[in-house]
This record gives sequence, structure tokens and C-alpha cells, in this order.
Amino acid sequence: MIRVVLPAHLRTLARVEGEVTLEVEGQVTQRSVLDALEARYPMLRGTLRDHVTLQRRPFVRFFACEEDLSHESPDAPLPDAVATGAEPFLVVGAVAGGSV
Amino acid sequence: MSKVRVLVGTRKGAFVLASDGKRERWDISGPHFAGWEMYHLKGSPADPNRIYASQTSGWFGQTMQRSNDGGKTWEPVGNKFVYDGVPGTHQWYDGTAHPWEFKRVWHLEPSLTDPDTVYAGVEDAALFRSTDGGQNWQELSGLRGHGSGPHWQPGAGGMCLHTILLDPSDAQRMFIAISAAGAFRTDDAGKTWKPINRGLRSQQIPDPDAEVGHCVHRIAMHRSRPNVLFMQKHWDVMRTDNAGESWQEVSGNLPTDFGFVIDVHAHEPETIYVVPIKSDSEHFPLEGKLRVYRSRTGGNEWEALTKGLPQSDCYVNVLRDAMAIDSLDKCGVYFGTTGGQVYASADAGDSWAPIVRDLPAVLSVEVQTLP
Repeated sequence: MIRVVLPAHLRTLARVEGEVTLEVEGQVTQRSVLDALEARYPMLRGTLRDHVTLQRRPFVRFFACEEDLSHESPDAPLPDAVATGAEPFLVVGAVAGGSV
Repeated sequence: MSKVRVLVGTRKGAFVLASDGKRERWDISGPHFAGWEMYHLKGSPADPNRIYASQTSGWFGQTMQRSNDGGKTWEPVGNKFVYDGVPGTHQWYDGTAHPWEFKRVWHLEPSLTDPDTVYAGVEDAALFRSTDGGQNWQELSGLRGHGSGPHWQPGAGGMCLHTILLDPSDAQRMFIAISAAGAFRTDDAGKTWKPINRGLRSQQIPDPDAEVGHCVHRIAMHRSRPNVLFMQKHWDVMRTDNAGESWQEVSGNLPTDFGFVIDVHAHEPETIYVVPIKSDSEHFPLEGKLRVYRSRTGGNEWEALTKGLPQSDCYVNVLRDAMAIDSLDKCGVYFGTTGGQVYASADAGDSWAPIVRDLPAVLSVEVQTLP
């Protein structure tokens, strides 16, 4: 079981409260977690990564285990603590983002 | 008794303002989508309870919302806007070629007859259409594929397609406008387009009479006369009587002819409204006086409407999609400001009162007249 923490705006959009829990088949990577997240909550498609290129949106960050994983390969394994559900995978709106 | 519903998009959410036909007392709901930029909300003329909304965020990009109950509840719909084919390039601010990149939806225009069909004007400028209630979007790429596309360039607010006018007498014809490319018309339901900018003069571009490159801010039409269009350009208020084949300036005695909004009276096709703004670098009313100007002669002769509007120390702006007119008798006129006020006139502009004073900066105002 993978635990994902979404920022407030996306929790509202997806109509969830608190953490999201997902089952991920195979290796636990950013890509497999985000694929599972978007499959469960289709309204999140395009909000975290581009619809076509699947590149992370510029002002979205991915943190886990007190590390910024935003620039890691989307196919790199996530830390074991995320894969086992001991630690959540955090989706964060960058401090630099938003609007006036 | 008839009712009105005013749909307000702001920098930090959407608001729905409702009143009976007297338009004196208002129920205010919102913020809907708190914290999101709500560029535009618009109801379907064919089903007023069907409302589409453009919801954007600097973090999370574009999402789209749809209501089937007049704005009480909403559901997310499709947000996949992908340019048709190879996107190509347009001019960047420095004149270099820049790839087309989707940024946001500025304007939504529901079909006049089908609640499931809606057009979206986007930045970087292109026109999309959905025929399934907003679930899926297809580009009408004949517009962007017009030969002038590589020469289009963004205005200060971005290269946005902000105006979509559907001809109520001819389902094949529509008009759109882009900052800063100009106005375009299709006569075959969007397959092919022609620029309709003859008569516009813009000193900000190398050739003031160029076919494209004009910073059109807004175009308005009265549904009884779809060949007559009124335009607020960057500078200059213009009109055409032949569906855009040629334009004439009708700024007349306006104190400044810079501005963003323009709209037409519901029952008098020659009565039009603008809100003059001081200049392109001073986006606030002249002399700190918020004045709507009305012409009853289709332009040239304008009168200031000031009753109920602040006449000192007012330095707000009124953005291009932030004026709307209901179809009651007398018609109501509404506009929103970057200071968060939404003003309403229930007497065609003779007098004004704020519905709300302290919303986030207002991006768009639409009104629905309901039975």
C-alpha cells in the first residue's frame, strides 16, 4: 500500500480528505505511483504532469523521506519506506508557484 | 418574475450572484473553487442550468468544471487541450520564434443551441471545441493554421484568444479575437478563417495597417444584427457594419479610447458601453473617476455614466471579459473591477450600485436572464 499526500487544492479537486492510499503493481516508482493515482482520480490528470509528455509540471514537487525527488528519473525506484507504506509520497505545490 | 444570475470569475475563486428582476437584493454564493484563478464562467443559452467554468492554477495548470444545476454543484470535466498536429511557432516578445504552448482557457462560449457543445479560447491562441459537454476537446486548427500564425505575438497579458462570437443567424459563421493578432472570421464552422482587420490602425506595430498584429481587446455583437460588430482595441473604439470587412473608428468624444470591455444594450442595437482606461501603461480610470461611457448612436457620441460610481481616488481596472448585459427591460449592465467590486445597473446604465465590494480581483462577469 502506497500512501500519497496531495496538496489542499488537489484534495478538493479529487474530493478526498487526508491521505490517499493506492495499490501499485510491480516496482514502486514516481511513474507507477502517479499512474495509479490518475487511474483512481482521473480529474488529477494534467495537474501534476503534462497530459502528453508526462513531464512534471514546473511548480509541482515530489518529496519523500525528507528528500526532494522531483528531479529523479520517473522510473527510479522510490525509497523502500514509501514502497512499504511507512512513509508517504508527498505531492507539494512549490513555494515559487501559485499566482497573485 | 424573471431572475438574473451573475457569474463572476476572480483571481481566487468564482462567485454566483442571484437576484430577482428588480436587481436590488442579491444572494451571493462562493467562493467556488477557492484559491483557483477562475478565468471565465458561462451558461448555455440552450440550458441555463448548464454552466462551464475555466479553473486554472500556477501550480496545477488547467482544469475545467461543469455544473448542471445552475452553479450549485460542479463536476470536473476534460482538461486535455492538445494542439492539432505539429504546434509550430509564433513570435515571442523579443521577435524570436517561440513554440506554441498551451497555458490556460481564457474564454468559454457555449453553443446557442446545444448544451453539450462549447468553444474554448485558449492561450497560446487557439480555438477548441467540445461536443460532449466538456469531456473531450478538439482544436479547430484552421485558425492557428492560417498563414499568418507564425507572425502572431503575445500582448502583455499573453497570447490569448479571448473573444468568441457565434452568429445567431448563421451556424457556419463565428468571430474570434486574439491579443495581439487581431480579429478573424470563419464562414464554414471553423474549417477556414480570414483576418478581418481592415481599417484598424495600431501605432505599436511596424505597419500600422497590417493584416494581423493588432491588439484587439474585445468585440461585441447584438444578436439582431450579427454583421455589426463593436470593438474595443488596445487604443480606439471601432465598428464594422459588414461583418468585419472594414472597420471605422467611433471613439468620438471619449476622454481616452484605451480600454478593455465593450458591450451592447439588450434591446437597442445602437447603444453601446465602454469603460475608458487612462492608457496602456496606466491601467486605471482617467482622473480617478470610474465612468462607464454609453453611446446611443453606435459610437462617436458618448455620455459619461457616473451615478453611483466612485468619482474620486478610484484606480481599478476593468478587464476584457468583465462586463455583461442582461435582457430584462430595462436591461441590466454589470461589470467587475480588479479591486473586487461588481457594479450593477438595473436601468441600462443610468445609475449604479455595487453588488459586492471586496471580492478578489475580478477577471470575468457574465449574466444569465432566467424565467
